[in-house]
Amino acid sequence: MLGLIYRVIKGPTTPDRVVALDALGVNLIAIVALVSMLIDSDAFLEVILLLGILAFIGTVSFSKFLEKGAIIERDRNR
Amino acid sequence: MTEIVNYIIGFFLLAGGFLSLVASFGVLRLPDVYTRNHAASKSATLGIMCILLGTFLYFYIVHGIFNSKVLLAIVFIFVTAPVGGHLIARAAYHSGAKLWDKSVRDDLKDKEKYDRQHS
Repeated sequence: MLGLIYRVIKGPTTPDRVVALDALGVNLIAIVALVSMLIDSDAFLEVILLLGILAFIGTVSFSKFLEKGAIIERDRNR
Repeated sequence: MTEIVNYIIGFFLLAGGFLSLVASFGVLRLPDVYTRNHAASKSATLGIMCILLGTFLYFYIVHGIFNSKVLLAIVFIFVTAPVGGHLIARAAYHSGAKLWDKSVRDDLKDKEKYDRQHS
């Protein structure tokens, strides 16, 4: 995780930072799972699903932003 | 029975931690965006699936709780992580990130010429 944070801050280009942020989200899911096993509670398991969805949406929107500069395109310009 | 299950859960958790460590080292050490993306998406996905499978087995066998949300999370991550990696790689290529200077193939470079010839 420390290595990934280093890459987020230092990373030479913007896609580097996005890749590292995606991997950070995925590692956060693992940490939530381990903590919920450690304290024997299954109340945190919704958080896993929510974090997965949020990480995916963040990655997709960042890549759209890098590619075109607009996150939501509107084709109806007439 | 429960002792064997404990060993299986421990194996899954250790494998997941090892794969996440490998992903972190790959993101730190590899030379350009595309190889880093490869390391992050594949290895971290496999590690996370191992850890979540261990969590599911722990709650199912030790506590008797069948938690379908963890299974749903495994399937979701397995589906969406390659899609996210591919999108990021494509966006990086189109935004002009450089390849490593020792890479030997660049198939996307003459894609436009190919399209013009075959249309």
